[in-house]
Amino acid sequence: MQDGNDGNRAGLDQQASDGKEWVCKPCHVGPYTGPKREPVLRLIDVEKTLDGRKVLDGVTLEIPRGQITAIIGLSGAGKSLLLKHMIGLMKPDRGQVLLDGVDINRLTRQGLNDARKRFGMLFQSGALFDSLTVFENVAFPLREKTSTPEGELREKVRGILRKVGLEKAVEKFPDELSGGMVRRVALARAVVMDPEIILFDEPTTGLDPIIRNSILNLICRTYHEHHFTMVMISHDLPDIFQRCQHFAVVHDGRVVEVGTSEEIQHSVDPFVRQLVDGDIAGPVQLM
Amino acid sequence: MVLSIADALGSRAIRATRSLGKMGMFLGASLARAAVPPYRVRNIVKQVHFVGVKSVFVIVLTAAFTGMVLALQGFYTLRKFGSEGLLGSAVALSLIRELGPVLSALMVTGRAGSALTAEIGIMRIGEQIDSLETMGIDPMQFLVAPRILGFLLSVPLLTAIFDVIGIYGGYLVGVKLLGVNAGVFLGQMEASVVLGDVTNGIWKSLAFALLIAWVCTFKGYFARHGAEGVSRATTSAVVVSSVLVLVCDYFITSVLL
Repeated sequence: MQDGNDGNRAGLDQQASDGKEWVCKPCHVGPYTGPKREPVLRLIDVEKTLDGRKVLDGVTLEIPRGQITAIIGLSGAGKSLLLKHMIGLMKPDRGQVLLDGVDINRLTRQGLNDARKRFGMLFQSGALFDSLTVFENVAFPLREKTSTPEGELREKVRGILRKVGLEKAVEKFPDELSGGMVRRVALARAVVMDPEIILFDEPTTGLDPIIRNSILNLICRTYHEHHFTMVMISHDLPDIFQRCQHFAVVHDGRVVEVGTSEEIQHSVDPFVRQLVDGDIAGPVQLM
Repeated sequence: MVLSIADALGSRAIRATRSLGKMGMFLGASLARAAVPPYRVRNIVKQVHFVGVKSVFVIVLTAAFTGMVLALQGFYTLRKFGSEGLLGSAVALSLIRELGPVLSALMVTGRAGSALTAEIGIMRIGEQIDSLETMGIDPMQFLVAPRILGFLLSVPLLTAIFDVIGIYGGYLVGVKLLGVNAGVFLGQMEASVVLGDVTNGIWKSLAFALLIAWVCTFKGYFARHGAEGVSRATTSAVVVSSVLVLVCDYFITSVLL
């Protein structure tokens, strides 16, 4: 099993050379061509214990700027916790989370709030405010964090809702929406502030294949338009191999392998092999 | 055996102390957020409407019947001593000093406190609070502080309404039903109620408002384990708030008397 640290560096190097060739096959989205290739986020030896169980056990991981990084692994492996550590929703017991070299856990409350302006996050449940309409949900960050004039704000929100195909649902409340619509509203809300980094916590879990593909296409299109740095937790194997450039495999609170789509798919690590192939037999015995 | 009992008691004591400390920190943080801008006036007004305006009906109903039963019981008790004339004082003082603040607080706990815990609990379970944080919005300032201020503004006003309606209910039963002289009822009441009684009632209602808002927001904010967890948090918030209101009432009364 490859060590998270070494594998990570190797993966990034590989990515730097491979990234230019990368194209999202279903969407034909091209690679990031901006000037900076250094990691925007770095987790160094992050440990977290919850209810007496070590849920993150020395995670070291780099998130390359301007690329889509997929975090894959079994349910309960610590992937969502990893995402929460990246945005400072949880503090590690040990280790550092560096955003452009600054440890976000050492920031003041105001500093952390400012750092979070660089992020957008799409939660697994959507986490829409259920007392607000679709329009108000998407407009919420703009109203709270900017002084955008009302006319401009309405135009921007309607434009984003049009892009996600929800221009006719602006007056609906979250409980009147389907699962796919909720994720699309959540995606609209995550990008409305033009963040640099977007975190996706299982954006397609529980959706039918058509809606799932439409959400993934939407994510790819958003990436194509803005080249945000994206981190996505997903169980959509093997689809996800065609859409993401960089992969991290998490198992038992550790990053066991990082690399490109090709590297992960051809990994010789028994756990990664079992995960990729979806085999019942392997190092993980569930029954 | 003895050691294991001591161990269990010690663990409980540590857990209780930790929980109290957490509650104290939560209160301190929410009051600090309430004191500094942005004040989110719209949110505060919304809370005053929810806690205050929407509780008026239940407060009026409770107050009217409390005043009426006080007058009924008081009349027959005082008649034994030939002191029916003191009915106005008895009703007014009981309501202004004790029953007004306490019953208003208990009614608000049942109507608004439980809803507050459930609302914040659902927001916690549905990751809406996390979502606020990811947007760089402080949930303590956005959610908790306006609710605490809403309670602090509403509960004393509801208590005042409770007192007035309760006295009027007592007047109706005492004067119109049982035949106590109206002038005696009102005159005795005016003579016995002093400003200190009213201010004591206001202090109590302010203390109860803070207590209810504190316990209910805390229970909701740290709700866990899905719908059942929210249900447990709501029940616990109502029970703890109600008991604490009664306990605090005794201590505040003993200090203010």
